[in-house]
Amino acid sequence: MAAESGRQFWKRSAKLPGSFIKDRSKANALPMKSKKASSFHEFARNTSDAWDIGDDEDEDFSSSSSSLQTLNSKVAKATAAQVLENHSKLRAKPERAQSALSDMPTNCKVIKSSSEAQLSRTSEEACVRNPLQKQQSLPLRPVIPLVARISDQNASGAPPMTVREKTRLEKFRQLLSSHNTDLDELRKCSWPGVPREVRPVTWRLLSGYLPANMERRKLTLQRKREEYFGFIQQYYDSRNEEHHQDTYRQIFERILFIWAIRHPASGYVQGINDLVTPFFVVFLSEYVEEDVENFDVTNLSQDVLRSIEADSFWCMSKLLDGIQDNYTFAQPGIQKKVKALEELVSRIDEQVHNHFRKYEVEYLQFAFRWMNNLLMRELPLRCTIRLWDTYQSEPEGFSHFHLYVCAAFLIKWRKEILDEEDFQGLLMLLQNLPTIHWGNEEIGLLLAEAYRLKYMFADAPNHYRR
Amino acid sequence: MGSAEEDYNFVFKVVLIGESGVGKTNLLSRFTRNEFNHDSRTTIGVEFSTRTILVGDAVVKAQIWDTAGLERYRAITSAYYRGAVGALVVFDITKHQTYDVVDRWLKELYDHAEASIVVMLVGNKTDLVQAREVPMEEAKMFADNNGLLFVETSALDSTNVEQAFETILKEIFHKVQKQKQRSSQSNTVSLASESLESAAAAQPEKRPCCIAL
Repeated sequence: MAAESGRQFWKRSAKLPGSFIKDRSKANALPMKSKKASSFHEFARNTSDAWDIGDDEDEDFSSSSSSLQTLNSKVAKATAAQVLENHSKLRAKPERAQSALSDMPTNCKVIKSSSEAQLSRTSEEACVRNPLQKQQSLPLRPVIPLVARISDQNASGAPPMTVREKTRLEKFRQLLSSHNTDLDELRKCSWPGVPREVRPVTWRLLSGYLPANMERRKLTLQRKREEYFGFIQQYYDSRNEEHHQDTYRQIFERILFIWAIRHPASGYVQGINDLVTPFFVVFLSEYVEEDVENFDVTNLSQDVLRSIEADSFWCMSKLLDGIQDNYTFAQPGIQKKVKALEELVSRIDEQVHNHFRKYEVEYLQFAFRWMNNLLMRELPLRCTIRLWDTYQSEPEGFSHFHLYVCAAFLIKWRKEILDEEDFQGLLMLLQNLPTIHWGNEEIGLLLAEAYRLKYMFADAPNHYRR
Repeated sequence: MGSAEEDYNFVFKVVLIGESGVGKTNLLSRFTRNEFNHDSRTTIGVEFSTRTILVGDAVVKAQIWDTAGLERYRAITSAYYRGAVGALVVFDITKHQTYDVVDRWLKELYDHAEASIVVMLVGNKTDLVQAREVPMEEAKMFADNNGLLFVETSALDSTNVEQAFETILKEIFHKVQKQKQRSSQSNTVSLASESLESAAAAQPEKRPCCIAL
């Protein structure tokens, strides 16, 4: 491939990397199939994947409900009914008593953890015959990963804002109050981190969920939220519930379930659940004056909670749009990325690379998780949130820039890695990197290094070729 | 210096396989760290833990690989069977479906691993007495008919977890001993016998050898 097209590769507009999915499915796209699909595979074949119909894109304001029609609601209902049947079977099990689902108070008791995302057990895609069979019940402790105060600039109890922080916040407020937000400028300001106060709205803007035009925002939000609530009614029958449960677990389950059912090309993949958390926590922070960790989610009104849920759904959808092939069958996107990481590391740090080879450590053995969960399992949540400020400011941050962040992250531990002269020791190190006390500063350094790497390799795409 | 604290004579790679949610991760944490977590997160990719135990006079380091049970991950995890000398095929005694698919897991195992791999069938979650769906006799018979070791465990209350790992490691050890005797008698030079030789004389600093039977 010519250097010309190589250059183009990096500077192209944000096209969805998983485009082969689109091409393949276009041939099969058959909207409005009237016959009932008897298996999940049939459902998948006959249903236009939400990716293909560009459903998640906020294009046309007038066609608000048209996107709903292209999905075969009968099939979806059947699938949904099946899932709920399975789910209620599971719930009827005695172990439910053990987990004391109904007895659990719905207040949010936060457990201090670094990279824990407790809400990991949700619906998952099982084999063909049992689509979206739900995971067995676990004790329902509605916890939320901690957003630590320590590195959170403007949380209560933290030292008063520095002048620089004040200036930055002011700059954001200016940008955000304009009639038509300058998104480029917003991205530029967001790259080094978004002040906590303005993160909820900034993230909504950067993700493309909220329109830049101030006048259109209210309407758009309303429309998108109602659309999501429509999905809930359509796919997620809540009539079985005594009253509409709104624990974190329930909320996450709904979000993920609906996402999965609308993206049969991948369905739900373990790990995707982690990707809801940052959005949810950030949008929640808008209503939480005190620390999130002590916050009782039942204090929020239903409306507010539902809005947060809807917004989280849409933003997560947009994020996933950019990394589709991470989660389709055999996860080709991840394989590619891990391979790319290996090649990158072989160039930037031959010593580390050879060290891995010497002890037969394969990148897939540790980096798979880095790609599948966007480093969320290697970092405290507060760090992920800071990371996503930058990812949303970078073009293809979650897919392309993430690679450089992973490389920078790996190299950061080169001393520890080279000191480890044992296969097992290496793997255990790499799967338990000591980042528990990390905060904005460490992430800032990491990002700076990643940025440097990216520009070093921006016009030399050779290492991307397999 | 490496983190290999203890001396050990052998390293045995053991894989944990089975449907998602049967308790592999907690079996691992129970055995290697004596921990159990109700809210343990789903395993992504592969996770890895070790523990060293005595088998007779030999110091054996169990290198245990845990993986996500989800079908989706098969493409990724098939690589991790390489060099495994033991496998624990885990199912949940309270979910018959997880037992039904055991033969699929066995097939995958035999497709990717050495034919001589030692396999143990593990029925987990015996603490959930009321919820049992798989009769022990049935599973035991299946195991016997297929040449598998068998044990029922509870990672939650620790029942039989030690025994399960000890048993399989012992079994592997005996196999290794037998093969050592055989290979020292023959003239064939093979990687397997090489590593057996060096494994027997392993020093801690030396690169640990995964023993292929």
